[in-house]
Parts: sequence; C-alpha cells; structure tokens
Amino acid sequence: MSGKRQFRIWRGDESGGDLQDYMVEVNEGEVVLDVIHRLQATDAPDLACRWNCKAGKCGSCSMEINGKPRLGCMTRMSTFGDDETVTVTPLRTFPVIRDLVTDVSFNYEKARETPAFAPPADVAPGDYRMQQVDVERSQEFRKCIECFLCQTVCHVIRDHEENKQAFSGPRYFIRAAELDMHPLDARTDRKEYAQAEQGLGFCNITKCCTEVCPEHIKITDNGIIPMKERVVDRRYDPLVWLGSKIFRRGETPQTSVTTARQGSATPGSARGGLHSHAGGSHDSRAEAQAQSGVNWHREVPHPTAPAVDDRGKLPLTELTFDRAAAPSPFGDDVTFPLPPEHLNFAHPEQDNKH
Amino acid sequence: MTTTTRIERHHYDVVVIGAGGAGLRAAIEARLAGKKTAIISKSLFGKAHTVMAEGGAAAAMGNVNSRDNWQVHFRDTMRGGKFLNNFRMAELHAKESPQRIWELETYGALFDRTKDGKISQRNFGGHEYPRLAHVGDRTGLELIRTLQQKIVSLQQEDQREFGSYDARIRVFSETTITELLLDGDRVAGAFGYYRESGEFILFEAPAVVLATGGVGRSYKVTSNSWEYTGDGHALALRAGATLINMEFLQFHPTGMVWPPSVKGILVTESVRGDGGVLKNSEGKRFMFDYVPDVFRKQYAETEEEADRWYTDPDNNRRPPELLPRDEVARAINSEVKAGRGSPAGGVFLDIASRRSADEIRRRLPSMYHQFKELADVDITAEPMEVGPTCHYVMGGVEVDPDSGAAFGHVRGLFAAGEVSGGMHGSNRLGGNSLSDLLVFGKRAGGHAASYADGLTARPKVAVHEVEAAVETALAPLQRDTGENPYTLQQDLQAVMGDLVGIIRREGELADALVRLAELRERVAKVSAAGGRRYNPGWHLALDLRNMLVVSECTAKAALERQESRGGHTREDYPAMEPKWRQVNLVCALDGDTVQLTRKPLPKMRPELIGLFDRAELAKYLTDEELADFDALVADAGEADNR
Repeated sequence: MSGKRQFRIWRGDESGGDLQDYMVEVNEGEVVLDVIHRLQATDAPDLACRWNCKAGKCGSCSMEINGKPRLGCMTRMSTFGDDETVTVTPLRTFPVIRDLVTDVSFNYEKARETPAFAPPADVAPGDYRMQQVDVERSQEFRKCIECFLCQTVCHVIRDHEENKQAFSGPRYFIRAAELDMHPLDARTDRKEYAQAEQGLGFCNITKCCTEVCPEHIKITDNGIIPMKERVVDRRYDPLVWLGSKIFRRGETPQTSVTTARQGSATPGSARGGLHSHAGGSHDSRAEAQAQSGVNWHREVPHPTAPAVDDRGKLPLTELTFDRAAAPSPFGDDVTFPLPPEHLNFAHPEQDNKH
Repeated sequence: MTTTTRIERHHYDVVVIGAGGAGLRAAIEARLAGKKTAIISKSLFGKAHTVMAEGGAAAAMGNVNSRDNWQVHFRDTMRGGKFLNNFRMAELHAKESPQRIWELETYGALFDRTKDGKISQRNFGGHEYPRLAHVGDRTGLELIRTLQQKIVSLQQEDQREFGSYDARIRVFSETTITELLLDGDRVAGAFGYYRESGEFILFEAPAVVLATGGVGRSYKVTSNSWEYTGDGHALALRAGATLINMEFLQFHPTGMVWPPSVKGILVTESVRGDGGVLKNSEGKRFMFDYVPDVFRKQYAETEEEADRWYTDPDNNRRPPELLPRDEVARAINSEVKAGRGSPAGGVFLDIASRRSADEIRRRLPSMYHQFKELADVDITAEPMEVGPTCHYVMGGVEVDPDSGAAFGHVRGLFAAGEVSGGMHGSNRLGGNSLSDLLVFGKRAGGHAASYADGLTARPKVAVHEVEAAVETALAPLQRDTGENPYTLQQDLQAVMGDLVGIIRREGELADALVRLAELRERVAKVSAAGGRRYNPGWHLALDLRNMLVVSECTAKAALERQESRGGHTREDYPAMEPKWRQVNLVCALDGDTVQLTRKPLPKMRPELIGLFDRAELAKYLTDEELADFDALVADAGEADNR
C-alpha cells in the first residue's frame, strides 16, 4: 500500500482559508499524523498542527478527518481506500488559529468554572480508604485525555456559538459525574450543579460524544444519563414538591436554578411568557417537540436569552415576579401529574410500579 | 526591527518553565507559599510528557508488603543507579515520596486500591517489594490531571478572594522560553514567545524553576514528544549553571519497533511484571543468559522458579525479565546483533501465550487498547516486537540536593524532574521518576519562593539583553538562504542515534563530535519559511540550538567516561570501574563551547552506607573506600560493645 496518496488539508487562519491539495508518500502501517509530519518536513514546513505523544495518550492531535472528529495519531491510513482522498480540517466548534490548530480555551474556561474536588475535612493524608469497586466508576471518567473531540462533536455548541456560555459540554459533565461518584468528595451537589450551572439540560443524549471518544468512555450511559436521572428524581419527587409548597422559599431543601454568573448574565428586558424548563427556548415548535416524549434525535430547542428583568436577574422571587403566587419550580407550563409519555427519562423502577 | 517589536511584559515572583509533573508541583508549592507564580507550558495545559508514564510512582508506603520502608527504597535506588546517585537526593526521595503520593489523594487522585482500601502497589524492575502506586497503566495521566486540577482549585480560591482566577497563579500555555535574562549572576527574568501568535513575552522574575524534561528528540528512535529538546538543560548552561552525568541516557528496553505507527512507543515494564517474557527468533527465553554477577543472588536461574515468583514472591527469586532496564536493553541489543532478532530488528515480548486474554485486558487495559487501535496488534493473541528506545536522560542541571538550586555561577535558578541531574545516578529505576517529580518539584518550588522572599532588591532586566534575545529569535525567519530545520534535525538525530546511541565506541564518539561541530555551523544559519503565527518550522529552528549544545555535552561526557555503567555502555570499556564511580563529569559553557571537568562525588553519610552489605559494596567501591567502610563498621561494633 506504499505510494503517493491524495490529501486535502485546510490551510488558513481566522480571516479565512481553504482546502489545499497535496500528494504525499504514505508507507505501510502509518497513521494520518505520520503523513502530516512528512508534509511538514517536505512541502509544507509551516503547516500548523498540534501533537505530543503520538500514542493516543495526550489528546493533542485532535482534528476532523473526512468530517469525523478523530485523533490524527490514532487514525490508521489502512482504514482508507487506496484511491480515497483524505480530507483533514480543524475542529469545527472552536475558532481557528492557523491551519489545523484551533483555540480550545473554551474548554479550559469551563474547567476552571467546575468546582474542584473537595477533600473530606476529617481524613488526614495517608488515611484515605476506598474500595476498588467504588473508585472504578470515577476512574473510568479520569481516563479522559482531554482531546475535546466530545466537545467539538456536540451539536449543542458545534454550530451554536450562542450556547457556549450556558453549556459546559460532555467533558465537564463527566468531570461532574466523576466527582459525584468519588467516594470521598465532600460536596454533595455535583448533579445539581451540572443541571443548574453546566447546562446538563441541553443534552438530549444523541450519544455522539461517546461515539467519538478515543478512550471509549461511556460518556452518556455512565456519566450523563445517571446524573440526569437522579436530578430528575429529585425534581419530580413529590416530597420535594410538597416541601416547596409548605416551606417558605429559602428554607426549602431546594435545588434551585440560578444563572451561571450573576454579574455577567445577558442583560435583556423581561419577556414574560412562560417560565419554562423545556429547554427555556420560548420556541413553540421546539417546546411542542420537547413535550412530545422520548425522541433522542429531535432537534435541539433553539436557545434564547433567559427572561431576565432589568437588573439582569431571573424573576424568581414572589415579590418581583410578574404574576401572583410563587412560580412552580417545574415551570408554569407543566401540570401534574405528568402524563408518562411526556417524560423524557425512563426511571429504572418505573416498569415495576406500573 | 528590534525597537518596533512589541513585547508583552509580566512581573512574577516565581516563573516555572515546564508544566509536567515537576513544574506543576513546583508551581503549587510556590503559590502555597504566597508567591505570584507563572507556569510556562510549551504545549497546552495538561499535555506534558508526564502523561506517558505508565507504570506508576514508587513510594515505600508498605501497603502491599509491610517490610518495605524508605531504607529499602533508598538501597534499590542506589543499586539501580550503580552508586553514582547523589546519595542525599536518593535519601530525600525515598523518605518523602509516600507523603507526596498521599498528598495527591487530597487533590482528588484515585489510585487503584488494595483489598483493605489502601493505595495498591505493584512490582517493578529493580524494586525489591511491590512499591509503585498506580492507576491501571495510565498513572502519569492521573498525576498530571490531578496536579492540573489542584492548580484549578487554587485559582478558584483566588477567584473568590481577588476576583480573578489568574491573581496568583497563571498558566501560559503554548509558550516557549528561549532565553533566561540575568542581572550580574542573578536571574532577572525569562524571554520567550507565544507559539500561537509568535508574539514575544518577557517575564521579570527573581526566581526561575526549570522543569522542562529531557532531551530525547535528539534521537531517531525515541518515546519522547517534540517538546523534549533539552531547553532547560541549554537555558541553564547559557545562564552559567552546570550539567552533570550527561553521558547517561536511558534506553527503554521495550519500545515497539513495528509497525511504524507505533514505533518508539513504550511497552510498559508491567507487561513483564505481570508475566510477559522476552524471546528471540528461535523462541528461546534468553534473559537467563544475561544475568550479571551483581544480580545473580536476586534472580531466578530456571524458568520454573521464575514462573513460581509471580504467585509466591517470598519463596522464589524474580524472573530475569525484571532486571534493571539497562541490562534488559543490552541483552536485547546482543540478541539482535547475534542475528536472533525479529524481522523489524527487535525481539519478541510475549504475554499472549502466558496469560488469558481476559486477564491481559484487565491488567493492561490501555496497553491493549493502544496497540489494538494504533496498529491493529492484538497483544492478547500475538507477541509484540520490541527493542531499545531512547527514553530518559539521567543527566541534567547540577543542583543542591535539598533546595534544587542550580550550582555554577548563577543564583535564583532552580531545577526539578528530568532536567535536573544526580538523583538517578547512572540509571533510573522505573517508577522513580514520577515520585522524583513530586518530591523535588515541591522542594524546588518552595525554595524558589523563599529565595524570592529573601531578596532585598529585585534584579533588573537589561534592555540590550532583551534586544539580543529578540534578534536571535527572529533570525531564522529573516534568513532565506539556510537549510530547512527538519533536515537539520534528521541529521542531528542520525549522528546521535548512530554514534552516541546505546552501545558506544571511542572512534564513533570522536567522529560524533566532529559532525556535531559541522552541524553547529549549519544550525547557526538555519532558515524557516512562513511567518510568526503558529509556525512549527520556526519553532524547531529555535529548538535546534538547544538540542545541539545538549548533544555536545552528551557526546563529550560519553567520550570521557572510560567504563560502562548504567545508561552508558562503552564497547571498548565493558566493565564497571570503581575509580570512575567517584567521579561526576560536569559540563559548563565557556562562550559557546562545552567545557568538561571532573568532580568528586559527595561521600555518603555513615548511617546510609551502613545500610548495605559489604559484599554488595565490594562490587562498586574502591579498595580505599572499602577500608573506610570496614573501619566504620569496626567503630560501630566497638561502640555497641562498650
């Protein structure tokens, strides 16, 4: 299979660029990154491309190969036909710096916002005791090499720059899940944090992230879905609901929805309308779709700015809210009991109950 | 040109160059000491070469075998380094590594566990007891991610206190330092460029910690990434510091040699610890023929005894596949030279026929997955083709063992991790580097902070030095008559791989020095096409001069040391020579030529040398040293009788 092969590589920077054709020598047993290195050493010495370990362990050489987010070092040339053109483009979700290098600082910002591990107060270093079976669940997520392929493939932000502020992405959902499942983490609100601050609710489990993960982490099945289920458990828990009716606000054991950064919330006039949890989109078509039950492949509701008042806050208290009585924690558009077909989540014990 | 060049300026108390294990640990310590700290990372944050470490971090916690303690670890380290180690570093390392590992758990690390819930520890070449804290075979990733997340948590504290994540600790990712700036003999700052934009950046700081890792990119077959161009070694030399032990390079015995997509990728020693054996093309398990006398007592003589060791280590001696790395590398080299190698010039590492597929997948998950994906090789079904690969440099910046402060005539410069020298002597034990990063990273960071505290006036950066640095950095872009940096790198790799490789000869080393001198002329005239924005050709052109000067140190020291020891094998001097054990070879820069001097090793303290058997010491020490030892023992005996 040695010989010249056709490559198309995107060259350019933030001001624009296009695909350029190259004929490159390819030898048996090589991967796409080998070919890019050969190009750098021959026809294109200034071709920009990140890489480090060339062993699938550092997650640097993320790129899109024939449209699919992949690691260059893990994509064998033998997986392409002999006369197949290989097209290499930079990660689409992040701004291009030059050629195949993109500005992935979005991910590092989200990492900084995710609360760190909280060590247990009364356990001295050296006294940590955990069972293997208990650490294994978190260890799966700690396999993450931060290649950000799951982030680039996620359709919530892939072509939706506007969602980036409210959505942390699969990488940081599994970070929350990892800490949630850590046997000794002292914080207990990881799931609620993911729902309220990381935009877990945007995820509609199309499982694209799991599909591209080079570490084969079951991002959705083992990370996102268990968190969603348990957040939903609490939100739809009749006792929580009853509590919210009996106790005054502030005293309730609540899992409240707040804006991620109070100060930087998008300023905008109060829009009124429905106070909704079905994606918060105010888009009746998407809302209707969201209500129509389980549909993993439905389009994501088109996001809009939150309905904040002129102080940049959500009208969440009785005093300032634009209608009488406290808003339902479930959204005004939801009436109880929910018809089962409107639930987007199958509770594991659901079948036993009915 | 220079007057119009924009330079971003920053003021910090401590600048840490390198964002691997040692750099991050140093930065954490400096920040905990209240210093304003910058971390310079050549790659993105969290991608450092530390992620490649698979086996684990050695620390005598005694979780699996309670007989383990720091004295045993110290002995193993000295033995592995063939007694050339700086004993004080080996001592500090053995004593402090358990605390450093436990500390990681408070940062959120999740190591594999024993049945009673403690950190599990695994066997590894050269370690007497199971000692390596590990997470499957991705311990390095766990370490780097844990430190990275600890830094994030410190930034979150600063965000709450000062309203900015970057208030006291900031990561400059994809930034390369090209020059250290001095005020007299004191460090005043560091100059470099953002890789993304090519814009220049100047850090004014009284204390700099070097944690830049190794030099492997100067070799053809290497497990090291592009970052390993000896930047820290070269920066230290140019700033007036010294390097020691540069002749000692570790060639990992089992790097993949086939197929090309995985060439140079290491097969962790735990494959051998978990039952993998080395075979030649005749199917013979050849390691039994290569047990040196020094190790005869600890290693099995028959396959039966070796195989019993995996389940009953207390009553059997260990298999010879677990000899220290240099011995295994040399054995493989001999087999290949004798014509008993694999088709691609290595030997076979077989675990497939010795353990069930399930067990292999469970014990070596990322290894299995790596070869399956990268090369479509199923390690549960077929043997791997492996051979020696340039992996680690034992030599590095000569430092004060306790503080990590560089020797030579420069103050305010510290070094930790692979870039520092002395800790591992002539050969590093597997697993000792991850704990080395933590122990000496913490020390260097802490001492850099207190050095900065102790200054009455901050050293000043001289304008003309900055101008000179800018000029040097831009030179390759402004020339269009010179050679392509990639060609020069390949030529350098060929010289080092062929002439200063695993087995060395006087004639070849002398030849290498001539060729390096020629390369120096060519590198001085290198030109890079393209502009300043993320231009890898330009970056390589700037790295080349570092690679070159460090390669000269290695070649000169290798020529000088007329013996074979650890990571330095001379075909013309095959034996270990006790006289040479007393000598460190020290490299310094005079103008731009490398000067080599001999320096005696520090003498081990009585209570430490007393930890060894006389019979073992006899293999390493000169007769005079042995007489001293006997006198010491006699004194101690009398003291006991009195």
